[in-house]
Amino acid sequence: MKPSKSVGIVGYGAYIPKYRIQSTEIARVWGNDPNLVPIREKSVPGADEDSVTIAIEIARNALMRAGINPKELSSVWVGTESKPYAVKPTSTIVAEAIAATPFVSAADWEFACKAGSETVQACIAYVGSGMAKYALGIGVDTAQGAPSDALEYTAAAGGAGYIIGSAKESLAVVEGSLSYVTDTPDFWRRQYEHYPKHGNRFTGEPSYFRHVISCSKALMEELGTKPDDYNYAVFHQPNRKFPLEVAKILGFSKEKVIDGLISPYIGNTYAGSALLGLAAVLDKAKEGDRIFCTSYGSGAGSDSFSLKVTDKLADRKVEAPSVKSYIERREEIDYARYARYRKKIRM
Amino acid sequence: MDDNVAVIGVGLGKVGELWEKSLRDLATESIWMAFEDSGVDKVDALYVGNMSSGPFVEQEHIGAMIADFAGLGSIPAVKVEAACGSGGAAFIEGYMAVKSGLYDYVLVTGVEKMTDVLPSRTTSILANASDRDYEAFHGVSFVALNALVMKRYMYEFNVKREELSIFPVISHKNAPFSKHAMYRKEITLETVMNSPIISDPLSLMDCAPICDGSASVILCAEKKAREFTDTPIIVSGVGIATDTLGVHDRKHITTLSAAVEASKKAYKMAGVTPKDIDIAEIHDAFSIMSALSIEDMGFAKKGEGTKMALEGQHYIGGDLPINLYGGLKARGHPVGATGVYQIGELVCSLRGDGRVDAERGLAENIGGSGATISVSVLERGD
Repeated sequence: MKPSKSVGIVGYGAYIPKYRIQSTEIARVWGNDPNLVPIREKSVPGADEDSVTIAIEIARNALMRAGINPKELSSVWVGTESKPYAVKPTSTIVAEAIAATPFVSAADWEFACKAGSETVQACIAYVGSGMAKYALGIGVDTAQGAPSDALEYTAAAGGAGYIIGSAKESLAVVEGSLSYVTDTPDFWRRQYEHYPKHGNRFTGEPSYFRHVISCSKALMEELGTKPDDYNYAVFHQPNRKFPLEVAKILGFSKEKVIDGLISPYIGNTYAGSALLGLAAVLDKAKEGDRIFCTSYGSGAGSDSFSLKVTDKLADRKVEAPSVKSYIERREEIDYARYARYRKKIRM
Repeated sequence: MDDNVAVIGVGLGKVGELWEKSLRDLATESIWMAFEDSGVDKVDALYVGNMSSGPFVEQEHIGAMIADFAGLGSIPAVKVEAACGSGGAAFIEGYMAVKSGLYDYVLVTGVEKMTDVLPSRTTSILANASDRDYEAFHGVSFVALNALVMKRYMYEFNVKREELSIFPVISHKNAPFSKHAMYRKEITLETVMNSPIISDPLSLMDCAPICDGSASVILCAEKKAREFTDTPIIVSGVGIATDTLGVHDRKHITTLSAAVEASKKAYKMAGVTPKDIDIAEIHDAFSIMSALSIEDMGFAKKGEGTKMALEGQHYIGGDLPINLYGGLKARGHPVGATGVYQIGELVCSLRGDGRVDAERGLAENIGGSGATISVSVLERGD
């Protein structure tokens, strides 16, 4: 799908909390084999951080790169499954904090790990239709895995956001975007439940792989492109293994994926995952580079994007902290502090 | 009926995590494959081997359901349940139905759909095969029961874990040939030894996988069978026996007394001894079960169940090749279907699949931790 008006990314921002818990520490507590952990370590939000504070950091970074007045934003949309309030928008707090209110569309989006990419696709359509000059979409999560569950190793915090504007102002032009959705219940959390449940191996082949592969292939077919045409590829990264495997199946070499593969160092930031990987790639990309990106959200679906980097990226990407700088800014904590920060101890 | 009973049709559905297929899809598919293989187009009765359609997919009354969806008409159709031994038990019911003269053509279908529930639920459902009040209720999973038996066996007979872990290697050796197998690859002893411990001393690769699958066979009298084929496979002996439901009630927990009893009956009916058996399908749900089965069916002395395996005698070309289509470990173990897979695979080997020249073979199917065991001896009828 292409918007009627050509649009692109005019600003992007990322944020990752500084605390890290190593997978071996989680394995130690639960008596699991430290050699069989899925990633090295994951990010943990601090005691005073939540999806709102992280989204605000992201929005500010995106605005710094875009260099625009926040009042010009026609949307502040936040995709997350870790809303601080069950009823009350996250996005209004973010919009207020960055001074984008009151003439702005604000809403929270929900689609597991692809809620963030949904907002970006909607921003593309919003600006592409001519209704908005600039639109901001953010994917953020402070994901929780139940203690001792396999997801506890990877459920992490962080995210990224994108300001969409006209193609001529863009750091990267959007060549096209496509969604692929089915009703596939591989991961869910019902009301009043604290931790999500998942279908174990069902989350793999019929869920993640089918949707990511089908969506990616369909967009490349629509655009008439192939993996060789791209310099970078980013896929939703619940762990290290899945995105590498999906890249191999689609025909993207490991070299094209590795720069955007950050889950081994920070974990799975859910709605932030693919968008953070894309931000890491934009931090590195050069004019003319083409980037392919596909998210995945349980339930299930994928959004694919094809982007082409412009000459404006080089000057603007230095205006805000890079993903790498956030990855390197780390303080290791033990399971006890992790349990405190994640409110796992309840009295 | 004076005539022998023969197997004239085999349908072996693909085994795996078959997310797109329901229990009825799986059963119907293997039934149609068996019809095509046999040359007949209708049967007089259906026996379904299935352990837990209720807890797994919330569907009981599956005899009628499968007969309905496979287009079998108003024939009698019932489910036979004996935990993981359901398939073998259903086969013997089918055998008796033909042998009695009541029915001319009988279809036996084994089917299990295991992957629609979460693993914790699967573990609980599988524990229904043990004694719920005296074993499962206290938290002993099915794997744990087998691990306890294995530990005791290693202690009593001074057998090392790596000596038992040769059995998964043997089963996987034959898997690449097996088109319907779940894991069509060979593995090494190191792979088994280095896989994560599930319940000490059983590691992941000592255990058969959770999966979906269905197999069907069609039985009839030998004379009728010769109208369809020159090489009918004759069911020359069957035996089924039970033991205490709980492992703790057994005099010797390292003896499968039901295997001793069932194999004796089957050998006697077939007029053979273990020495006359050329090939065998062994119930290798856990490595320890292979060793106990080999011993208790008379192929080895007590405590020496791993000897032939370590000598390489269970590979093709050895004295007693086993699990020629991957066994439970590599073909997969869709619990209630397994016994019918074993019969179908034995028929394929005896018909001649280019790998072994065998006259006679045996299939052993275990229910629970040995509380029901069936043994069937089949031989070439040409």
